[in-house]
Amino acid sequence: MELKHISDLNQLKEIKDQSYSEINMRLKESDRNLNEIKEYQVLICSGTGCTASKSQIILKKLNQEIQKRNLINKVKVYKTGCFGFCKLGPIIVVHPERIFYCEVSEEDIDEIVDKHFCQNEVVERLLYKGDDKQVKKTIDELDFFNDQQRIALRNCGVINPEDINEYIAMDGYLMLATILEEKRDRNTIINELLNSGLRGRGGGGFPTGKKWEYALSYENDEKFVVCNADEGDPGAFMDRSILEGDPHSVIEAMTIAGYTIGASKGFVYVRAEYPIAVERLRIAINQAKELGLLGQNILNSGFNFELDIRLGAGAFVCGEETALLQSVMGMRGEPRPRPPFPAKVGLWEKPTLNNNVETYANVPIILKNGADWYNKIGTENSKGTKVFALAGQVINTGLIEVPMGTTLRTIVYNIGGGIDNQRELKAVQTGGPSGGCIPVSLIDTPIDFESLSEIGSMMGSGGLIVMDETDCMVDIARFYLEFAQDESCGKCVPCRIGTKRLLEMLTKITEGKGKEEDLKIMEELCYDIKESSLCGLGQTAPNPILSTLKYFKDEYLAHINEHKCPAGVCNALLQVVISDEKCIACGICARVCPVSAITGERKKPPYEIHQDICIKCGACIPKCPTDAIYKR
Amino acid sequence: MDIYIDKTEEENFKKLDEILETHGHDQGHLITILRDAQEVFGYLPEKVQSYLSLKLDIPISTVNGVVSFYSLFSQEKKGRFTIGVCLGTACYVKGAKDVLNAIKEELGLDSGETTLDHLFTLKDTRCIGACGLAPVVMINDDVHGKVTPSDIPSLLHQYIKKSKEEQDD
Repeated sequence: MELKHISDLNQLKEIKDQSYSEINMRLKESDRNLNEIKEYQVLICSGTGCTASKSQIILKKLNQEIQKRNLINKVKVYKTGCFGFCKLGPIIVVHPERIFYCEVSEEDIDEIVDKHFCQNEVVERLLYKGDDKQVKKTIDELDFFNDQQRIALRNCGVINPEDINEYIAMDGYLMLATILEEKRDRNTIINELLNSGLRGRGGGGFPTGKKWEYALSYENDEKFVVCNADEGDPGAFMDRSILEGDPHSVIEAMTIAGYTIGASKGFVYVRAEYPIAVERLRIAINQAKELGLLGQNILNSGFNFELDIRLGAGAFVCGEETALLQSVMGMRGEPRPRPPFPAKVGLWEKPTLNNNVETYANVPIILKNGADWYNKIGTENSKGTKVFALAGQVINTGLIEVPMGTTLRTIVYNIGGGIDNQRELKAVQTGGPSGGCIPVSLIDTPIDFESLSEIGSMMGSGGLIVMDETDCMVDIARFYLEFAQDESCGKCVPCRIGTKRLLEMLTKITEGKGKEEDLKIMEELCYDIKESSLCGLGQTAPNPILSTLKYFKDEYLAHINEHKCPAGVCNALLQVVISDEKCIACGICARVCPVSAITGERKKPPYEIHQDICIKCGACIPKCPTDAIYKR
Repeated sequence: MDIYIDKTEEENFKKLDEILETHGHDQGHLITILRDAQEVFGYLPEKVQSYLSLKLDIPISTVNGVVSFYSLFSQEKKGRFTIGVCLGTACYVKGAKDVLNAIKEELGLDSGETTLDHLFTLKDTRCIGACGLAPVVMINDDVHGKVTPSDIPSLLHQYIKKSKEEQDD
């Protein structure tokens, strides 16, 4: 990779043309001659998911094999960002044919090189097979991608995130260079964002253009631009994937933001739990500096912008913007009351603009294609697309991007492929610990900021957890409250003590010790906490309880009145029992039982568990050779 | 105030001085400095905290306030391998609790504790964002996906073997 210093827009365009011709074959719309392939480009997913399934070992092995067989000029291997289909990792896509190989292992490399690169034959057994057992050869045939529209993720799975030239090939830094060359009026940029209808993707949904306008309006000799990459919601990994797959889009947007509001220093605050994202961001910042697209006197325009990375240290509350700013300054991440908003009083008391990763990733392409292109996508009040992390009991787990207004049904059934193990869908949880559970009856709700709040959940940063009949909603509410209680920073009383009381009540219910009047007290307390907490964490912490109380009250009542957990999750309400038909009276269970609760006579089934002695540890369950022991 | 530095610790404190140097003794970098210090010492004992308080000219209460606030920092010595069982929502609904219990039973530990031989520290962690592979267990920097309780003994054995090989080298 060659890094040449760029001094103006024309030089940037030269690099773009050159790099574009190199990666052109990877684009869906480009012309390709598949009869005579001179060169293969192999893209290996190097996101966290695929890396965990050993994609980097595969990458190494593939390179070795190519070298060994003297194919260096014919086959080129590149790292790339998340394709989204994490369930099937590691994923390899071969261009120009766009062949999609999944669940590739180290042992498959030989065969791929032999067959595909030497004999031009596709390795069938590594292709994706859908529900209908039909083999899908290319990435374009997969249903998973059909209902998606990738804007924020436009470069993930297309370019190598560790090569700035490839980002430039996709019109990267073009907007920054054009703005600086034209010395574009700051208000023009803000108006474009306002007209586009882009709203903050971190969860709040505040209009991005308005935020930039405020930050510009406060005069000060020093201002800051901050990127919130402290993605703490459990079950959410959108921001991580963008940073891993397309870090330059965030850097370019932050630099444009710096120019627009008049700041010359920026910080990316990223979770320490994301080592790959941090590394890619670091590489990207260094390359941008070397090319003169970041740092002092960018593209000879006289505009300076420095960017620094700050690592989080494991505190969920730091995703709240005032807490985040404290943490950037090296302090305890405790929130403070707003107003004044950070746009007026932020880092070191200076005006500070703070946006989320996904929001920034949308900015360069909105400015390039224009507000009118963007505001045609989505619903009336929520424009554009949203990235979701699809996880839980759904077949195709992974990362998806859909236009606002897409229904949950489309997401769960068309993209997600339905529920795992042919069970019934019960609910979809959105918005993480601040959100709520949406019951199956509302699955046709089009998703946007307003519709989700109306039904008692929220957009949040974009975690979508699918739950089925085996998930207990009371236990899920308890899980989130445990999280909120643990992560409460302790500064304000409603959040610190209120969440603790809520957790205690929920625990009591899951243990079958709850009373019906507890539900009323709990609901009242929920509203008190919502109203009186200092920051977003406390204000939204009761949402999981309120939404499950609203839609799944029968489950609460079953726990309280019948001492039963309908989903079979809450341990204290379950009995471990032996099936009469399956038991072969081998006696293994009786031997492993730590409290000798199981009795019986060898070879005379069935054995019996004495419920008054049993401590429900479950030690006997995996030991039974005929799977005769179960919880009910 | 003088801090007594034992001979065996001299090298580590020298490294700490270098860390302070690279960050220009800047108070704004306190979290980064603490992270790097934890890399060197393995944890953040009182002595390191007082040393930093002195060198950065920050009250020790502030330093300790930061250390105790963030879950990444540990004031107790940790094992050679830290096992983090992800308890994010996706992992939770996919049975992470059973995996955690299997590890607890196998090692005879509770969350947050370290084995007597200082080989393993067990922790439940926040979502690490590998939800597509739920449930996930992280051992130091290695991510293991789709783990079941029955995988645990062999998984732990890999690391016991690894540490034995290190000792033999």
